[in-house]
Amino acid sequence: MTLVKIKLAVNGERIEAEIEPRLNLADFLRQRLELTGTHVGCEHGVCGACTIRLNGDIARSCITLAVQADGANVETIEGLVTSEELKNLQDEFYKKNALQCGFCTPGMLITAAELLKKNPKPTRNQIREYLSGNYCRCTGYHSIVDAIEAVSLTRGSNDV
Amino acid sequence: MSNISHIDLPNSYIGRSVPRPNARRLLEGRGRFTDDLKLPRMLHVAYYRSPYAHAVIKNIDLTKAIELDGIVAVVKGEDLVKYCDPWIGVLSHFPGMKSPPQFALAIDRVLWQGEPIVAVVAESRALAEDAIEHIEVEFEALEPVVNPETALEPDTPIIHRELGSNLMFTADVNSGNIDEAFNRADIVIEETFHYPRHTCVSLEPRVILADYDRSEERLTVYASTQTPYQMQDIYSRHLKIPEENVRVIANDVGGAFGMKLHVYGDDLATCALSKMLGRPIKFTADRLESFVTDVHARDHRISARIGVTAEGDILGMDIDDLTGVGAYSAYPRTSVVEGAQVIRIMGGPYRFNNYRAKLNVVFQNKNIMSQYRAVGHPIACAVTEAMIDRAAAKVGIDPVEMRKKNYVTSEMYPHTSPTGYWFEELSHYECLDRLLELMNYTALRAEQTECRKNGVWRGIGFAAFVEITNPGPAFYGVGGARISSQDGCVLRLEPSGRVRCMISVNELGQGTETVIAQVVASTLGIPLDQVRVITGDTETTPHGGAAWASRGAGIGGEVAMLAASSLRKNILKLAGTILQAAPDSLDIYDGNVVDHKDRTERLSVSEVARIGYFRPDTLPEDFQANLNVIEHYVPRKQPFAFTNGIQGSYLEIDRDTGIVKLLKHWVVEDCGRVLNPMLVAEQIRGGVVQGIGPALFEECVYDENGQMISGTMADYLVPMANEMPDIVVDHIETPTQLQELGVKGVGEAGTAGASAAVLNAVNDALTPFGAVVTTMPITPERIVEAIEKKEMSTHELMN
Repeated sequence: MTLVKIKLAVNGERIEAEIEPRLNLADFLRQRLELTGTHVGCEHGVCGACTIRLNGDIARSCITLAVQADGANVETIEGLVTSEELKNLQDEFYKKNALQCGFCTPGMLITAAELLKKNPKPTRNQIREYLSGNYCRCTGYHSIVDAIEAVSLTRGSNDV
Repeated sequence: MSNISHIDLPNSYIGRSVPRPNARRLLEGRGRFTDDLKLPRMLHVAYYRSPYAHAVIKNIDLTKAIELDGIVAVVKGEDLVKYCDPWIGVLSHFPGMKSPPQFALAIDRVLWQGEPIVAVVAESRALAEDAIEHIEVEFEALEPVVNPETALEPDTPIIHRELGSNLMFTADVNSGNIDEAFNRADIVIEETFHYPRHTCVSLEPRVILADYDRSEERLTVYASTQTPYQMQDIYSRHLKIPEENVRVIANDVGGAFGMKLHVYGDDLATCALSKMLGRPIKFTADRLESFVTDVHARDHRISARIGVTAEGDILGMDIDDLTGVGAYSAYPRTSVVEGAQVIRIMGGPYRFNNYRAKLNVVFQNKNIMSQYRAVGHPIACAVTEAMIDRAAAKVGIDPVEMRKKNYVTSEMYPHTSPTGYWFEELSHYECLDRLLELMNYTALRAEQTECRKNGVWRGIGFAAFVEITNPGPAFYGVGGARISSQDGCVLRLEPSGRVRCMISVNELGQGTETVIAQVVASTLGIPLDQVRVITGDTETTPHGGAAWASRGAGIGGEVAMLAASSLRKNILKLAGTILQAAPDSLDIYDGNVVDHKDRTERLSVSEVARIGYFRPDTLPEDFQANLNVIEHYVPRKQPFAFTNGIQGSYLEIDRDTGIVKLLKHWVVEDCGRVLNPMLVAEQIRGGVVQGIGPALFEECVYDENGQMISGTMADYLVPMANEMPDIVVDHIETPTQLQELGVKGVGEAGTAGASAAVLNAVNDALTPFGAVVTTMPITPERIVEAIEKKEMSTHELMN
């Protein structure tokens, strides 16, 4: 198969790679860059486990081709943890046990961060609605909603 | 003070909502799931699967596939036989049950859509999938057996001719005099229920990475499994590798729920291929494969009769359960456990003497059905609780009163149910009272009445439940299964004075490692953060049952306590020698050896460890310190424990669209002593949503050709955050007196009762229409149909 060259930024690092055009972004991140914090749950864009940030917006890396990320700025759980952007959310998820197996967690955190950016004081229903593309089999969602709500209530509205 | 046990001391961690230390790793994306692993020279395998539900394999042509770039091997079923023995999913404590040998890859014929036929081993998964496109298999399609209702009819093809029929297993229960009871009954209600075939959909699919080293005849398997020891035994026996040379490592497991303790052909084939090729091979199921190969669950048609007096006293229940479990009985636990539990959990909370049940388990050309979270419970609970509500309505009393009238009363415990189960002590009345308080039941009924006046149709549903936990050898061992019901715990005092705990109950996210650390720290008298718990590796932890049937806290907690008591004794013996004091005059408190009398600090545990490891020269010549202990525990005083509780559901139905909106859900549960209230509540909440799923959304839908037509996440609906309610959880504690720690377990409770509560709430909401639903999932169509059917018949009556 003919390989395609791509250049992109992943977690602030400049990456150049030669890839098969059919390679999806999730596999590129996990297999080529060893960023295994991005998980693959369904590979058809429903479960949300592979959620990453693409040019600032959340995206499903399993239904995004890596070639589509050429020239883009990609952020994964690893980068967002290093920058401490998710720290408040991580702390509340920890305190409220808003995760069990942890497979959905990176995607949940990234989705929750986007919600709080767009709507710093969401209602419980708004939180539930925003998370409705992220599947969790373990928690039943209640504690996840609790954790996000707790962050929204304690944060100043200027914080991200 | 000496009468207070360590777990009751003020600094005890028992009963405290401490967060899970291992959650930090997962929150940083540092989980180590099996698919995250890469080994040197690792290959990938993908499987060519049957497109037919039932067919003869006439010919397999691999010539094109094998020539493709990056392909290492393409292997058919018969080529794998010498590397991997077949298995039979039959146990002797299910008399008369039958199932034929199953091979890792299908040979000669295929029995369900999705059954693996050919393995393609390649440099990458993508290349393996490319090659699958070039495999040519000639099939001769056979008539599939799809509908369990007709599986036993004479003109239905017999799937396994050598077994004589499509009947895998049948069982009866008969107690009291059922005919006399129904003759005596003022009211007899009959109904048929359908509980859907659904599946686990763990977010992480099945993953296995097998690494066979020929030089040492050694197999290391990294797997997303909940039963590493059971799998070690199976790999050893079926792949003919000495047991001590087989190591199974379960790192982080992305959801298991009973689905990840069965033997799957593709998993064993992956191990056999590694043995064949001498290289590490990884198999990661994709979601589409998961839907047609991960065990399915439930699929029960139950006809039920209940007889009650005019006052509402239950006289008897009569049950007929038919379940279709696929083409083979699952190995090594069989596919008949669910049915066997359905007919025995039935009626659990209630006192009545007359019971009859008949169970038929039949073969089908569908994916294998077997144990999944809350095995049998949701079905028995839904049928029982729906019948209780129907009876209450007929008698003309509130569902709450009906339950209060018929619960096994406190003074009746210990109580043997007419289905044959022994209940030590349950707390149905206390749980119900607490639930009514939490719900504010009177106000909720008033609100419902007000809503109805405005054409808003709300319903309240209850579901009392019992839950089987802490299974002893009666569960599988007696039937010949090499599945341990004992667990082991090794505790080591490290030279630093900190403690390492290696235990056979493992972590799937439910918090096992945390509650075990709580028990160890509390029993030893050291701070929680000085205990490190290690699980999920057969090489470093003792053999045990691992994680299934709510046994982690009850059995694991007990063995951890025994081990910690042992180590405590040894530490005090060493401390007594150092201090020239009698060991029983000393105690350990907050990481220090103290005087038992007044807790005066004598020396730290770390100092004791230092002397024990590095300065034994300062101790008497004949003294040997033992700072490693191992203990084992298996429950022997009852076959398994029972917990209980009750759930409440409040919901609203849109009369025109049939859409159900869940407004709130409540659970009051009694799992005995609560080790960690937060983790118990989270087990309940997650379980509830797993019970709501099949009540409203989830179904493995098959067409008449045996094709699963809901096999993607776009077609198979799982509960998402937006449709789920807030779930209020509270606890009543009735510790078991048969174990020191008093813990019973909680993994199944949420799932056991949730679908029943929702079913009853829907039917309560439908009362003004006189409509009833008895088939799950309760889809919008089914609700609208039920209402329209009733309106039509009312209309006909009026004309």
